[in-house]
Amino acid sequence: MAVFMQSFLSGILIGGVYALIGIGLTLIFGVMRIINFGHGDILMVGMYLTYVLFTWLHIDPFVSVLITFPLMFLFGGFLQKVFINRVLHAVAQNQILLTIGLGLVMSNTAMLIFTSDYKILTTSYSSSTLQVGGGVTVSTPLLISFAITAAVTAALYWFLLKTDTGQAIRATAQDREAAQLMGINVKRMSILAFGLGSALAGTAGALISPTYYIFPQVGGGFTLKAFVITVLGGMGSVVGATLGGILIGITESLSAVYISSGWKDVVVFVLFLLVLLFRPSGLMGKSRT
Amino acid sequence: MLRVEKLNFAYGDLKVLWDVDLEVNEGEIVTVVGANGAGKSTTLKNISGLVKPASGSLSFQGRDLTRMQPHQVVEAGLVQVPEGRRIFPEMTVMENLRMGSYVKATRADRQKNIDWVFELFPRLRERERQLGGTMSGGEQQMLAIARGLMANPKVLLLDEPSLGLSPLLVKNIFDIIIGINRQGVTILLVEQNVYQSLRVSHRAYVMETGRVVLTGKGDELLNNDHVKKAFLGM
Repeated sequence: MAVFMQSFLSGILIGGVYALIGIGLTLIFGVMRIINFGHGDILMVGMYLTYVLFTWLHIDPFVSVLITFPLMFLFGGFLQKVFINRVLHAVAQNQILLTIGLGLVMSNTAMLIFTSDYKILTTSYSSSTLQVGGGVTVSTPLLISFAITAAVTAALYWFLLKTDTGQAIRATAQDREAAQLMGINVKRMSILAFGLGSALAGTAGALISPTYYIFPQVGGGFTLKAFVITVLGGMGSVVGATLGGILIGITESLSAVYISSGWKDVVVFVLFLLVLLFRPSGLMGKSRT
Repeated sequence: MLRVEKLNFAYGDLKVLWDVDLEVNEGEIVTVVGANGAGKSTTLKNISGLVKPASGSLSFQGRDLTRMQPHQVVEAGLVQVPEGRRIFPEMTVMENLRMGSYVKATRADRQKNIDWVFELFPRLRERERQLGGTMSGGEQQMLAIARGLMANPKVLLLDEPSLGLSPLLVKNIFDIIIGINRQGVTILLVEQNVYQSLRVSHRAYVMETGRVVLTGKGDELLNNDHVKKAFLGM
């Protein structure tokens, strides 16, 4: 039982970070109907940013979120304004090519600057654990990162539900043309959405940097994971991505313990296929007409 | 107040508007009637800035509309209630109304306007917390009009507000349109319900295949032989 609780708990903790990545992708998709295949690479930029802040300025990775979030927001807004806005009405293939291309530029730039060596960010608490009781322990960095994730997610929900700008982002996602007729500047909403999505991915990058290897190609796996989470939760649904992220985290963690860590991705994809089989529009998705 | 001159528009190679002239004066209810595909909605979309004309001029209170983005047109006081209602389905009635007063200059009047539209549509007050997408067609139409009114429109552009509603509700909607007009809102109405809309309007334009073919006072057109034959089956 302790083993189960142990892996269940760490599944939730890592799932929180997955949720953050998935929410970013789903927010971008909801507003623009574009799947950002460079999402994982944006996370990678967030990781390197955290690494640089830590090694050069000695800023703790968790504290550096305060810098990473706004910087990645500006970076995402820049990408939207300069690149993505130009293909909003283009065919889907071109949009996909553009986001993949942007991702490649990011990972190769990282390779030029940092080489493809694995970097490790070691903090005083990187391998420390905390007793929760009942023989269950959790890794301290995971616990802190989950707390920050929860705070960021709560703030995001508040923003989307309660503020005029947040509601305008949702309105744009639900009916872009009607939103324009409300006086909403949808181009500005797109910049905001891509900025927020990037800030969330960058924040996730900062949060996992004490526990993951940092290297230029780290993004690819996360893009795939974010895509699975988004589809699983229902494309464009923020609540769905939150649930999807946690669900993937728990599934990975349990299957690593009870089957084999080599098989955890297989289990995740089987679960993914099963959900799609029985709920093709995802957990919280609405079928589109 | 609102002036459309020699408006031409094409979807790609398909030309749909030919030299459309149209004028709306302050305080009027002006109707554009015509069959499906006559170019009525396209004319409205040009005015709202959702599409840009191939040629011709669009001006509102002396300002050139062709240079404005859709959101700037709303800020100028031209507010369109789109065809098919287009309410935000996963937002509550209240949230939909709040989006209606998204434009900064109108936010100060938000509470006042909410009280006003709840008075016009008591049904909406009962449904305040319901999701827009779960309401009936008639309720959604009320919400769409109410949402448009939240933006303090100088001119309200209504695209087929009676579409898909029961006869009783249609009469109700037209009564409300008259009521809104009496409270000082100028109205440009696009309708296929020729009889009802000509009855309530001060002036009207008849469009056929992308051209304005007739214009005159509402009651004059009701007695016009061409209108009778083409639209009223008389």
